[in-house]
Amino acid sequence: MPVNIDYSLVDWSRAQFALTAMYHWLFVPLTLGLSFIIAIMESVYVRTGNEEWKRMTKFWMTLFGINFAIGVATGIILEFEFGTNWSNYSWFVGDIFGAPLAIEGIMAFFLESTFIAVMFFGWDKVSRKFHLAASWLTAIGANLSALWILVANAWMQYPTGMKFNPDTARNEMQNFWDILLSPVAINKFFHTVTSSFILASFFVLGISAWYLLKNREHLLAKRSMMIAAIFGLAAALGTAFTGDGSAYQVSQKQPMKLAAMEGLYKGSYGAGLVAFGVLTPAKIAGDGKDPFLFRIEFPKLLSFLGYRNPDAFVPGIEDILRGGFNPQYNAVPKQELSAAISIDEKIARGRLAIAAFGAYRQAVSVKDSLKASEAGKTLQANFPYFGYGYLESSKAVIPSVPLIYYAFHFMVYSGLYFIILLIVLLFYLHNDRIEIQRWLLRCTLWTIPVAYLASQAGWIVAEVGRQPWVIQDLLPVSAGVSKIGSSSVQLTFWLFAIVFTVLLIAEVMIMVKQIKLGPKNGGAH
Amino acid sequence: MFETLSLGALQSYWWIIISLLGGVLVFLMFVQGGQTMIYTLGKTERQRKMIVNALGRKWEFTFTTLVTFGGAFFASFPLFYSTSFGGAYWVWMGILFPFILQAVAYEYRSKPNNLLGPRTYEIFLFINGALGTLLLGAAVSTFFTGSLFSVNKLNLVNLADPAISRWEGPAYGLEAVLNWRNVALGLAVLFLSRVLGVLYIANSVSDEDIHRRLRKQLLANSVPFLVFFLAWLIALMVMPGLGVNNIQGNTIGWEPYKYFRNLMDMPLVTVCLAGGIIAVLTGIGFPLFDFLKNGSKGIWLAGPGTILTVFALFCLAGFNNTPFYPSTWDIQSSLTINNSSSSHYTLTAMSYVSLIIPLVLVYIWYSWRSINRKKIDAAEMESGEHTY
Repeated sequence: MPVNIDYSLVDWSRAQFALTAMYHWLFVPLTLGLSFIIAIMESVYVRTGNEEWKRMTKFWMTLFGINFAIGVATGIILEFEFGTNWSNYSWFVGDIFGAPLAIEGIMAFFLESTFIAVMFFGWDKVSRKFHLAASWLTAIGANLSALWILVANAWMQYPTGMKFNPDTARNEMQNFWDILLSPVAINKFFHTVTSSFILASFFVLGISAWYLLKNREHLLAKRSMMIAAIFGLAAALGTAFTGDGSAYQVSQKQPMKLAAMEGLYKGSYGAGLVAFGVLTPAKIAGDGKDPFLFRIEFPKLLSFLGYRNPDAFVPGIEDILRGGFNPQYNAVPKQELSAAISIDEKIARGRLAIAAFGAYRQAVSVKDSLKASEAGKTLQANFPYFGYGYLESSKAVIPSVPLIYYAFHFMVYSGLYFIILLIVLLFYLHNDRIEIQRWLLRCTLWTIPVAYLASQAGWIVAEVGRQPWVIQDLLPVSAGVSKIGSSSVQLTFWLFAIVFTVLLIAEVMIMVKQIKLGPKNGGAH
Repeated sequence: MFETLSLGALQSYWWIIISLLGGVLVFLMFVQGGQTMIYTLGKTERQRKMIVNALGRKWEFTFTTLVTFGGAFFASFPLFYSTSFGGAYWVWMGILFPFILQAVAYEYRSKPNNLLGPRTYEIFLFINGALGTLLLGAAVSTFFTGSLFSVNKLNLVNLADPAISRWEGPAYGLEAVLNWRNVALGLAVLFLSRVLGVLYIANSVSDEDIHRRLRKQLLANSVPFLVFFLAWLIALMVMPGLGVNNIQGNTIGWEPYKYFRNLMDMPLVTVCLAGGIIAVLTGIGFPLFDFLKNGSKGIWLAGPGTILTVFALFCLAGFNNTPFYPSTWDIQSSLTINNSSSSHYTLTAMSYVSLIIPLVLVYIWYSWRSINRKKIDAAEMESGEHTY
């Protein structure tokens, strides 16, 4: 059956979501991490009563406020974009996906927005302790909002705790706790927030390093660096740990994403992890070319990390297309393990499910309960492949390998670099010799953009890596999109692109000016 | 506790929450109303700064309520969220764009090196104030006047084009402004937000010069508000509306004087509506007679009055077998709280979450009071503390 999809609409809708989400994510990680760093600084102030700590807190708060405003501005559209651009998706899974979004608003956004006002305007109006509580609650509110939206995102990667109801034509929630506590959600949340803490740490470290390079604000810079370096190192170790957990979950639940992350076309037992490699350009699955022009591997490491077994079979892209291999997913009970089926077979089963859905509705409308029951059984038996039915061909399940491969490796290299740099920084800070290490200060300053790029790269791996799915295996992007004219989406894409870019430039200019002006009321040296 | 409630009861409970959130949102739009009057009320830079700061300490509440309103609507009535947002695309984009501009405007307005200059950020505030309220009012009016959409769940079997909800008008929602009733409610919300803005500023800014202008503006905005609102309300009472006929297998059909009959059938809603309107009128009336004495108190009547009125209107739109989102293209596609809601399980889970709302209100109230204990005056603007 030919499937003629309006790709212009799908692509522009995806482009708009990617644009708005990536812009939003330029500001969120700093909010998540800096809010805690500020709360720690203020805690020291309240404990010691030392005015220098208050001055420090207020300085970082100013930068926090500038970043926070544009984070809010870029965020509002995302809350509504699921509806405006992905309306079919919103109905198909709204019974599950809507709840975390609403909880985010009720539980987190109000906490954040109420106490941020106290944080900024309450210095002379409320007690010190109330003010400190407000700063902590702002940080907790921001991170709680991250929790709920990441739970929602994790569910799209690994749908669980629900059942498809043909009477309402949607998936319905069966178990809230399965969704909240799914291993994918837990890993995703901790990986995302700890990596955001690293970014915020390097923001503080980099700006402080700049002050030291300019021979200004010595005390403020060194104290800020000490707090940020300790906070950052703890976060970086946490990121590495949860990164391993996330990749393990990907191996189990999204093997195609893992294959793309590693540029793995032909799977093997005891597969190695690519330490460094350059992909062959224009490589296509099944063309027989070596996927790498050049590669260095850690032997057996991919099997070990992905399946906790150095000899496990890791399927490559071609294996997943062809099926027939024996998956070794630890999460699946052993008796359910049978040879993986090919994508073509999954497409056939998906179409069977979709047709059975139609037959079920038809039978119900003419009150033929026997036919309805039969169609219902066929539907439920094949529902795990429902989304495959909308695909044009089996190759549609292959995401963009180069983008995911390079983004993933850049993220991993950056993570290792951050850990090393933070240890070196802590060493010189501890010995109070940081000011004379000008190379190190320069290096720290230039690590700020690296942290931002690494953070974006992480989302590219997560989101481009699961293409073509908007919900893994159940709904491809082409079936989730809103039925509107692609020219309307094009127009809003450009509107967002222009507005967000202008606001970003304004934000950076204001931020740089405030950094150059420095903290108010002079400072101790 | 909530598990034992029927699906219908949970749907009603969530429609009440949505109605309340809608009411609170319209009340909090005093921020938007105030934003359209920065130059009308403030003739010197310092006066404008006081007004911007008075509004700026509250803008996030409006913003957060809007976002929560969207999230709660999604969670409780997802078919509305998917159909309306994914169809009336340009109306919602028109509402959301100004909020993007607003979110940066306060923080960046007075910061040095802000690229666009303070005046541009004030224009952003004006756009948000005028367009946000106007379009939101028009969008809410379509809850009564209807829209052009169809819903067919069987579309899922069409592999290349499986969209369930489809907008059947080429303007993707903008056609709403061709209906005078939608425009009237839009303008009513705009002028109401300006009235509330006047009353809020009267309550939180201490400056004689500004107060003199506030009184004038109160009258100038109350009159058009009343004209547009009453015109819309009278039109609503005499127009036919869609109703669900339970006897004929839940089919939807036209009924004369539907909304008037809803009022008659639901006396509690009538009391809310009448009480709300009286409270708003009293909140405006007393300050008009003696602004010096009552000016700062008007908001305490007009605010809750607004919440009650909007709450009652939402009840009128959704209860008593009324589709809250009527389709004039295909009346059987119209959305009711019955056919568009989440499952029993999700509504139950969400109902437990809703129990924290009173706690949220308490801490908002406590923080709001501690920040607003003292009125904003010129001296505070010069104190060197954080200002917009």
